[in-house]
Amino acid sequence: MEYNWDWSILVQEPYLWWLITGTGWTLAVSAAAWCIAVVLGTLIGIARTLPNRFVAGIATAYTELFRNVPLLVQLFLWYFVAPEILPAPMGHWIKRDLPLPEFATAVVGLGLYTAARVSIQVRAGIQSLRRGLAMAGYAQGMTVAQVYRHILLPVAFRVVIPPFTTEFLTVFKNSSLALTIGVLELTAQSGQISEYSFHSFEAFTAATAIYILITMTVAAAMSLVERRLPAVA
Amino acid sequence: MISLRNVDKWYGQFHTLKKCSVDVSRGEVLVICGPSGSGKSTLVKCVNGLESFQAGEIIVDGVSVGALGTDMPKLRARIGMVFQSFELYPHMSVLDNICLAQEKVLNRSRGDAEERARGLLERVGLAEHEKKLPSQLSGGQQQRVAIARALAMDPIAMLFDEPTSALDPEMINEVLEVMVQLAQDGMTMMVVTHEMGFARKVADRVIFMDQGEIVEDADKDAFFTAPSSDRAKTFLSRILAHI
Repeated sequence: MEYNWDWSILVQEPYLWWLITGTGWTLAVSAAAWCIAVVLGTLIGIARTLPNRFVAGIATAYTELFRNVPLLVQLFLWYFVAPEILPAPMGHWIKRDLPLPEFATAVVGLGLYTAARVSIQVRAGIQSLRRGLAMAGYAQGMTVAQVYRHILLPVAFRVVIPPFTTEFLTVFKNSSLALTIGVLELTAQSGQISEYSFHSFEAFTAATAIYILITMTVAAAMSLVERRLPAVA
Repeated sequence: MISLRNVDKWYGQFHTLKKCSVDVSRGEVLVICGPSGSGKSTLVKCVNGLESFQAGEIIVDGVSVGALGTDMPKLRARIGMVFQSFELYPHMSVLDNICLAQEKVLNRSRGDAEERARGLLERVGLAEHEKKLPSQLSGGQQQRVAIARALAMDPIAMLFDEPTSALDPEMINEVLEVMVQLAQDGMTMMVVTHEMGFARKVADRVIFMDQGEIVEDADKDAFFTAPSSDRAKTFLSRILAHI
């Protein structure tokens, strides 16, 4: 194969800038989606452990719906279909006035999808705790909310740090799908560099290296956090 | 102070408690014994509503347990409970374990809660361990912290659910000593235990349960010297044979 390797294109303008902004958008989409996923996923995970069947049923339905439809299909639904079927004023607002529409849609789509996965981890974390632990709280006169807030969740979160790390890495990598609705994140920018410079190998090698660098940094940081926290098992 | 009237409980088809009636008056120590699966633990957990029951009535200090309109968290806050496997909050220091419900349920200030906690840790002989996590303590120490945690709420009565069954033999006495002290200080207590030495020493009355029924309800001396039912006799002869 004849191929003219030229790594220097990666530091040339405008390609270097494209890689930097691409990385920035990837981090922004991932971080924002992760925030939605953790908050919503935690609430849904908790709801699934409550004795109220109605609440638990709705939460379970959410989880099943969002984790069983392909993420790409969900992104398309949010981007192309949702504005059309929402009430007209809302649809218009999304199409005309929503700032950064591609970014916002990607964050919402990815966040809601990941929330379903996070809820499974949270529920498993809570259910892995001895039943007596909650009983001890109730026996002291705590309310259900207090037992969750002060006992079950702090302990369960320590249990789910490893799966949470995995979920964050998944969100981070899934963020590459945002390119399909027009977010110029890292994968999209690498593709663009490849098309403009014809140096596909260098462009995608750079993307690969950046993805790995960030995921490994996160994984290392989380294992540090895990070791610092007192063991609860 | 605690009064159970014809309490019935089923787990599906299984009749766990059968028409159980028993009274505990203020300052009285009631020991509940019987073979495993006889409903002892379920009975004490019904008293503070950790287990529900289907028929009958339980009155604690004039309040009906589990009744519509009864504020169960408020009632539970007034009844101390000690579990077989301690159930300390594993992510908190010993001190925080004892302070948590004082602050969140009784709305005590942190300073007041700590002062109360330190006093109780002194009383159960663990003053130097307040900063440790539960996992850094022995089973006997953990159970003493659990007792201190329950006492911190200034309970009107204490429930013990086999407090020494999960302990290594050499740690049983340090927990029993705390309980004996508590009984001698006049605490109202319901104690599920197999420790007949403890029962002989501090119990006022002993009830014997078998297959969900209270078979025998007698003064301590009557229970140990002349149990009226055959099942209690057999039970006693079995567990006392080795002493």
